Amino acid sequence: MTEHGSIIYLEGITVDYDGFKALNNLNFIVNHRELRVVIGPNGAGKTTLLDVISGKTKPAAGRVIFGKDRDLMGMREYEITQLGIGRKFQAPSIYGNLSVWENLDLSLSRPSKGVFATLRGTSTAAEREEIDRTLETIGLTEQLRKRAGSLSHGQKQWLEIGMVILQDPELLLVDEPVAGMTDEETEQTGRLLQSLAEKHAIIVIEHDMEFVRQIARIVTVLHEGTVICEGTVEKVQADDRVREIYLGRQKVAHV
Amino acid sequence: MPPPSSAERHEGTLFWAVGFVLLFVLPVLNVLPAEDSWLHVSDFALNRFGKFLAFAILALGLDLIWGYAGILSLGQGVFFGIGAYCMGMHLMLTIGSQSVYGSALPDFMVWNQVTELPFFWKPFYSFSAAVLAGLLAPACFALIFGFLAFRSRIRGVYFAIITQALALMAWLVFNRNETNLGGTNGLTDFKTLLGFRLSASDTQLALYVMTVLCLGGAYALCRWIIASRAGRVLIAIRDSEQRVRFSGYSPSTYKLFVFVVSALLAGLAGILYVPQVGIITPAQMGVLPSLEMVVWVAVGGRATLVGAIVGAVGVNLGRSILTNSFPELWPFFLGGLFVVVVLLFPDGVMGIAKQVRGKLAEKAVRLPKTSAVEGEQA
Repeated sequence: MTEHGSIIYLEGITVDYDGFKALNNLNFIVNHRELRVVIGPNGAGKTTLLDVISGKTKPAAGRVIFGKDRDLMGMREYEITQLGIGRKFQAPSIYGNLSVWENLDLSLSRPSKGVFATLRGTSTAAEREEIDRTLETIGLTEQLRKRAGSLSHGQKQWLEIGMVILQDPELLLVDEPVAGMTDEETEQTGRLLQSLAEKHAIIVIEHDMEFVRQIARIVTVLHEGTVICEGTVEKVQADDRVREIYLGRQKVAHV
Repeated sequence: MPPPSSAERHEGTLFWAVGFVLLFVLPVLNVLPAEDSWLHVSDFALNRFGKFLAFAILALGLDLIWGYAGILSLGQGVFFGIGAYCMGMHLMLTIGSQSVYGSALPDFMVWNQVTELPFFWKPFYSFSAAVLAGLLAPACFALIFGFLAFRSRIRGVYFAIITQALALMAWLVFNRNETNLGGTNGLTDFKTLLGFRLSASDTQLALYVMTVLCLGGAYALCRWIIASRAGRVLIAIRDSEQRVRFSGYSPSTYKLFVFVVSALLAGLAGILYVPQVGIITPAQMGVLPSLEMVVWVAVGGRATLVGAIVGAVGVNLGRSILTNSFPELWPFFLGGLFVVVVLLFPDGVMGIAKQVRGKLAEKAVRLPKTSAVEGEQA
């Protein structure tokens, strides 16, 4: 049904906000174990793209296929999450009144997340180990009992990444992961994303071009709701239309 | 799961200590000492306390949904009322022909010239059917109402407003004589329960003990829910409903669950309230009582369970005392209390207790430190 090996396949997606087309007949494919970076000026539809994939926004037209032949249209967010699509939001979205450990424990992928399974469920030894390992990966082992709301901004971002990792998704959607991070944290985050890409497919939205150069293999450029260019960083930077969008705006700004 | 904190262990001890006092000490003080002894707990005091403890059961449910999941329901009085009316209908029917008019029908039906018992009254001849209905009717009502509301993602202020509308609607419906539930006067003049005279102090003592046991059970149920992972999902919903969805949980299902549990507890409170107080009228289930229930939980301290019990008992005790001495001041006092708590003590009595404990612990930590320094110097 879809191209061989694609994890997510979007065809002819249009999102219409009262006449404003946030996405306009968009086609977009990401393969298994691919780390894809999506860039574009403000209002290009980058976050809307993630909203459509994760079920937060229902497109007016088009279709979204996950994996081999799973049609995501009409599915609710939590169902899509259970299928194996994890999402990291731009502003850190964590549970401030729960401990770091509890945040991770809730996120862990489990066969059932219904009320009655959750009422009786206890964490198995294997699950605890997995949480411990993730705590190490995100460097929050010492903070495990701390209230998540009291973490620093960077730590919150990492906690949310840890929560998404524990969902063990086949596809990770990451919206501006390094916004508000120090240079060092940014670099660490880049390394983390690259190591994750060995097992998962990842779509990253980013503004920071230096960060894009650090992690990107293939870059997709969005503009006014459609893909205008796709390729390596060098190819994208050499593209005339991409330069026009970015430089053209700068010219206007200078006038 | 990390091991329980010392506060949680304290709460376990407190649970059994309070349970012991309520279940043994108070009844013994009611039965044994002479009536003029200062140790004696009068029938009236015990009965009044039983009523407060029934309210505490309702407050636990409200704390579960409001304190933990962050959903403010201003319609808990409706569920309480439905439970109470179910029990009241059974008590009406057990009066039989001992009533004022000597008819097998409840008196108010005779006044209203109803000649045959309405069909929906008939199952209430059975005590167990009445209890079952008192629990299940509020739960089913909450299930249907909650399903529609949460599915449409109605939350926050909007949910509070439509539950308040629900309370108003229920009040209007129960007030009508055509509803055949006694209209404005409600259901009263009960005589016996399961063959025991309600006016006998032994019966009232037994009802009191039953209420304490139900409160203990309700507390254990709520504690169990909160301690489970589902309890953490509820807190997570309060913190970030969107994240909960993207962690793979359906927030509306969890909200519905906790709303139904709270309705069930409110119904139970109603069932226990009626035989102890001897009357149920629409005035006890409308907008104002529903708001007052929210005040209990706010005053006690949200999201603590214990606070809900403390608030329900404390505010009602205050009401009892104040309405005796200054009947016209009570509404001002209640309103003022709510404003003060919301503005100055958002965590209620439990919050204040926690602060005091924290200060004491701080002092306790500081003292040994200074002595250690002195030791080094010596």
